[in-house]
Amino acid sequence: MKTPFAALALLAVLGTPALAQDLPQPVKARQGQFNIMALNLGVLGGMARGTVEYDAEAAQAAADSLVAVSTLSQGAMWPDGTDEGSIAGTRAKADIWGNMDDFTSKWADFGEAATAMAAAAGTGRDALGPNMGALGNACKACHDSYRVPE
Amino acid sequence: MRSFLKLLVLAAIVGAGIGLWVTAPSRVDAARFDGLTGDAARGETVFTAAGCASCHHAKGAEDKLLLTGGMEFVSDFGTFYAPNISPHPEAGIGGWSFEDFANAVTRGVSPEGQHYYPAFPYTAYTKMQDQDLSDLWAYMQTLEPSDVASKPHDVGFPFNIRRSVGGWKFLFMSDDYVMEAADNERGRYLVETLAHCAECHTPRNPLGALDTARWMGGAPNPSGSGTIPALTPDKLDWSAADVAYYLESGFTPTFDAVGGHMAEVVENFAALPAEDREAVASYIKALPPLGE
Repeated sequence: MKTPFAALALLAVLGTPALAQDLPQPVKARQGQFNIMALNLGVLGGMARGTVEYDAEAAQAAADSLVAVSTLSQGAMWPDGTDEGSIAGTRAKADIWGNMDDFTSKWADFGEAATAMAAAAGTGRDALGPNMGALGNACKACHDSYRVPE
Repeated sequence: MRSFLKLLVLAAIVGAGIGLWVTAPSRVDAARFDGLTGDAARGETVFTAAGCASCHHAKGAEDKLLLTGGMEFVSDFGTFYAPNISPHPEAGIGGWSFEDFANAVTRGVSPEGQHYYPAFPYTAYTKMQDQDLSDLWAYMQTLEPSDVASKPHDVGFPFNIRRSVGGWKFLFMSDDYVMEAADNERGRYLVETLAHCAECHTPRNPLGALDTARWMGGAPNPSGSGTIPALTPDKLDWSAADVAYYLESGFTPTFDAVGGHMAEVVENFAALPAEDREAVASYIKALPPLGE
């Protein structure tokens, strides 16, 4: 089960727009992890919405992948000078670097929501909805403060 | 020559008269509200749908129901700050009557008879139903007062002459809907009146009024860099179910998550009944394509 997911994750990283080629490596890396998150949230969200049939194993694997992303060390992915005011191809607000404690705590909130999802994802489709809600709130809370619109 | 001068003076007087008449703040007829009783519980839904807290809570505050004010609106005309609208008698609107509130929300006129700047979306709220207005007023009085003074707007000449806003209203303020209701009255009311979606999703003309010919055609982000996306079908290919799910969960069909001010909007829509999100989604899907 691990290999197809790793392959999908790799595809997600490689599949980012051509623009990404010109970005500094830390920016590519952090965008890659967000793509892995989106991919796995899509698996869970599809089942929660009922557009995809519930599959306990696939749901568990997706939730575990979210937890895995949440444990990646963020330090090296956010060097100074990689905000949207300094370089093209990112939507990261400069505010991140002025509020690193808050940014880190919001990232930790995502980790908590992912862990809760992983504890519930395999137990049935009904558990997905509320946990998607909590994950969505964690994403929103951070985007609300630290990401500019497209 | 003399008669020409006379004519000119006369024209100036008539012009100034028309100008004063046109730019004078217009008030609601209070009799219209006779017999209305506000229901605070229903008012909470109106408050949520109208997104009041999203701009009037203090920046970064945890308690979004403390309506201290604070959101800044940077524009070509200056920077506007959302004021304190908590029920505090001095700092907020605690000393107002319901009529004052109705004039503010639906006419953009202060209790002192001054025009508000249209950063306050009264151009949308002007179509608010009387019962909703009354319920909203009842609900807002149940909120916590804040004694934080409102921040004065930072607006230069000539836009600091409030009277000029009267001319702007004369030209651009209308209580007509842009779209036909078809069979989705609720969706249209939510989008065009309460949630005032067009304020960000529709481009503006050089005088800062919404360009209704490019309704929901997307626009530069008023609060910083980037653009607010178009919602028209030539640009947005989401299904109605996708739109409704986005408003509930904040997730796009590719499971990117909502950001910026829209995160606050989603928070509001998530708290509304599912039928309301579906009504908004059908309105969005009924928008005509714009093309280039």
